[in-house]
Amino acid sequence: MQINVIVNGKEFGWEVAGDEFLADTLREHGFLSIRQGCDTSCCGLCTVWLDGRPHLSCTVLAARANGRTVTTIEGVQPQAEAFARILAAEGAEQCGFCSPGFIMTVLAMSRELKNPDESEIIHYLTGNLCRCTGYMGQLRAVKKFLEEAAQ
Amino acid sequence: MFTVRELAQPESIEEAYVKLSSDPSNVLLAGCAYLRLGNKKIDVAVDLDSLNLDFVTEETDLVEIGAMTTLRELETNPVLRKNFSGILPRSVEHIIGVQFRSSATVGAPVFSRYGFSDPLTALLALETSVELFNGGRLPLADFLVKPYSKDILIKIIIQKDGRQASFQGFRNAASDYSLLNAAVSHLDGKWKVAVGARPMAAQIAVKTSAAMSGGSLSAEEAGAMAADELAFGSNAKASGEYRKALCKILVARAVREVSQCR
Repeated sequence: MQINVIVNGKEFGWEVAGDEFLADTLREHGFLSIRQGCDTSCCGLCTVWLDGRPHLSCTVLAARANGRTVTTIEGVQPQAEAFARILAAEGAEQCGFCSPGFIMTVLAMSRELKNPDESEIIHYLTGNLCRCTGYMGQLRAVKKFLEEAAQ
Repeated sequence: MFTVRELAQPESIEEAYVKLSSDPSNVLLAGCAYLRLGNKKIDVAVDLDSLNLDFVTEETDLVEIGAMTTLRELETNPVLRKNFSGILPRSVEHIIGVQFRSSATVGAPVFSRYGFSDPLTALLALETSVELFNGGRLPLADFLVKPYSKDILIKIIIQKDGRQASFQGFRNAASDYSLLNAAVSHLDGKWKVAVGARPMAAQIAVKTSAAMSGGSLSAEEAGAMAADELAFGSNAKASGEYRKALCKILVARAVREVSQCR
């Protein structure tokens, strides 16, 4: 079936299968920031925004993206880079495999929550797995990013 | 991963029901999060996404939740945070993560009676009914013991009767499945105790609820009675014996919390 979708501000018409998930469709069309670290909808690596809200693209049928807007990390480069620099400076970046999904969730959180405290940050980011660095560095980076954004 | 030969995207519930009923092997698609864990070969999958079943509406005496309302909406919707002692948001807030909850829907665990479901337990402790396209409206507790039949869950209806409620869950790790969950509610001397993830689907502890409504059970006695009354099973997450021990504690905690709100 044909879907019409706006990805990072650009319109696309794609042919998709009925049982195809958005993560596979996006990768097939060159959005290679989309990674999948599990096959149980648990790792958060494939996170994209659907109509501005974070979703697991591995769990959203491509057909359901028809008529909607999708944002991947390629579409939010300036903000993603600003956060990624802090993430790296805090030593919370190693192999980088989980970074696109994690960064998309952090940026979504910064749009959705106003002045979140530590427990709200942890709650929002739970479900984004990182096997390299542990989560303390990430938490430092998120707090620093939010502080800088607020100034 | 499941496979689909034909994806039907009906635009009315009537159309969806006709498509669903046309063959016993046809399957409804809601959030797809659980379905994608299996490898079902589906001939015709009927997508519920375009039927406008994602809503939370508040009226004077009830709240209605559409079957395709996501768990994230259950968690954040102001109506649900304000009503029912907030147990619906509380029951879903530790399920995987925000993105997962933005896809998973409330209708699937209710209609399919998922054993591990947290919101199902919370709903069962409230005055909840379900409305099915073909089967009409019936209390949730009655629906849960009826044999399965092909139908479409349209909405969940909860009476705003002012009851106080508490939800308790226990997980080995944050965002994992609950090993057991319990929800308790109280209104005008009448108590309801529901226990889920036993790992069988949530069930009301009828004798315990009646004994509590009769008067003199302490929180600990209520927990012990519910643990004796209900059946518990073993799976990879926990043994039945462990769940029985947890039941005592979680029910007692919920009763204490509700008692403090009276």
